[in-house]
Amino acid sequence: MSDAQLTLDDLRRVLLEGSGTDEDVDLGGDILDTTFEELGYDSLALLETAARISREYRIELDDDAATAEMTPRELLDLLNAAAPRP
Amino acid sequence: MTAVVTGIGVVAPNGLGTDDYWKATCAGVDGIGPVRRFDASTYPARLAGEVPGFEASEHLPSRLLPQTDHMTRLALVAADWALADAGVDRDPEAAFERGVITASSVGGFEFVQRELQALWTKGSEYVSAYQSFAWFYAVNTGQISIRNGLKGPSGVVVSEQAGGLDAVAQARRLLRKGSKLLVSGGVDGSICPWGWVAQLSGGRVSTSDDPETAYLPFDERAAGHVPAEGGAILVVEDGEAARERGVAKVYGEIAGYAATFDPKPGIGRPPTLVRAIRAALADAGTEPGEVDVVFADAAAVPELDRVEAEAITEVFGAHGVPVTAPKTMTGRLYAGGGPVDVAAALLSIRDKVIPPTTRSRPVPGYHLDLVTGQARGVAVRTALVLARGHGGFNSALVVGAPRNDTTGRSWEKQCRTRS
Repeated sequence: MSDAQLTLDDLRRVLLEGSGTDEDVDLGGDILDTTFEELGYDSLALLETAARISREYRIELDDDAATAEMTPRELLDLLNAAAPRP
Repeated sequence: MTAVVTGIGVVAPNGLGTDDYWKATCAGVDGIGPVRRFDASTYPARLAGEVPGFEASEHLPSRLLPQTDHMTRLALVAADWALADAGVDRDPEAAFERGVITASSVGGFEFVQRELQALWTKGSEYVSAYQSFAWFYAVNTGQISIRNGLKGPSGVVVSEQAGGLDAVAQARRLLRKGSKLLVSGGVDGSICPWGWVAQLSGGRVSTSDDPETAYLPFDERAAGHVPAEGGAILVVEDGEAARERGVAKVYGEIAGYAATFDPKPGIGRPPTLVRAIRAALADAGTEPGEVDVVFADAAAVPELDRVEAEAITEVFGAHGVPVTAPKTMTGRLYAGGGPVDVAAALLSIRDKVIPPTTRSRPVPGYHLDLVTGQARGVAVRTALVLARGHGGFNSALVVGAPRNDTTGRSWEKQCRTRS
């Protein structure tokens, strides 16, 4: 994953596949700086999201690296700076 | 304190939604057929009662789908319908006065089987984070609580197929302790290979391939039951609080309840269902002669049928009370079965009709007045509902007509009878 960067659309897809979305949330909108909590995702949803990204994009990630208090921008920055899995 | 039922949501193999269920049940329409949820062709039992036409995404947000077992989705939708029926809106100020008590017999087995298969075949990183709770006994209670903002005393009752009645009784206890409203009942089901073999191991599942003869309680040909999925969610309220809330309709009252546990087999002491019946009637302040109908547990295991028939005739006399088992149309819903019978009892009161027991021809020696063939028109004021669970659980619950029902409103009669 040294050159290809994870995008917001990648994150949207993983969120939808792993945890779905609430009725009153527009995941396709301008969500970069909205916290996951405000988007209806709790700690477990972030655990599921991190696990899916880790295995799909071969990124080394701690179980508690992604939290509901983060925004998509913060998580993408973290993911794109993370080391590839051995 | 009276515990009144103000909302009903039924998801049953012969009807998705209370109206569909009740119309089918009064008309003797069944929902038993070959298992469709998985390929059961190589298993000893191949018939089931599956809820028809249920597409979860039509009723629930996608946020809930990855974290729910099939039976939890059914429970959430039944709870939505029951709360809507009762006219209950989300109310943050009342959140701590409103709780959830459901019953469960196994939990979300279909979900857990899928995740365990992912674990064995692909590895731990492929197991859903929602495996951490989605299969728990208490998961329906938790999900109903979260979805509807119900934060009062809550829990789950696990007593196999008696659990659905025990949950409603626990709701009544919590009303006595000061809660104003409980979402109660149970929705159950584990029609997947793992759930199936667990049910088969109990030795009470019918191996017939013929829906006409697979589940015949109180019949000479009785040879076990057909497993099924579904159940009912009820809104149970403190009668006074319901009046203050301006409730438009009350289905009836949870008037009495008792539970007993059978002695260990082989030690010569008698079964205790009859004691549960007597204690429930005493709790309700009801004489046997005041009971208009008994909704039987109807195990369709000869020894258990005999015990139930003897308990009923000991309390009510030979042919002393109409007895019915509408679950002959659905199969057994495990922890969901009792609440569906409570719903049927309340609707029997509303529509002055007793739904039939289909297909069974009762053994004459049981001396039961089994309502067979078609529904029977009876002005039901009081019903007794029985449920038993594997391992010795016996529960009896008395359902009564609404008291002081002076509204004079006539219910739309959904059941037509020719009697």
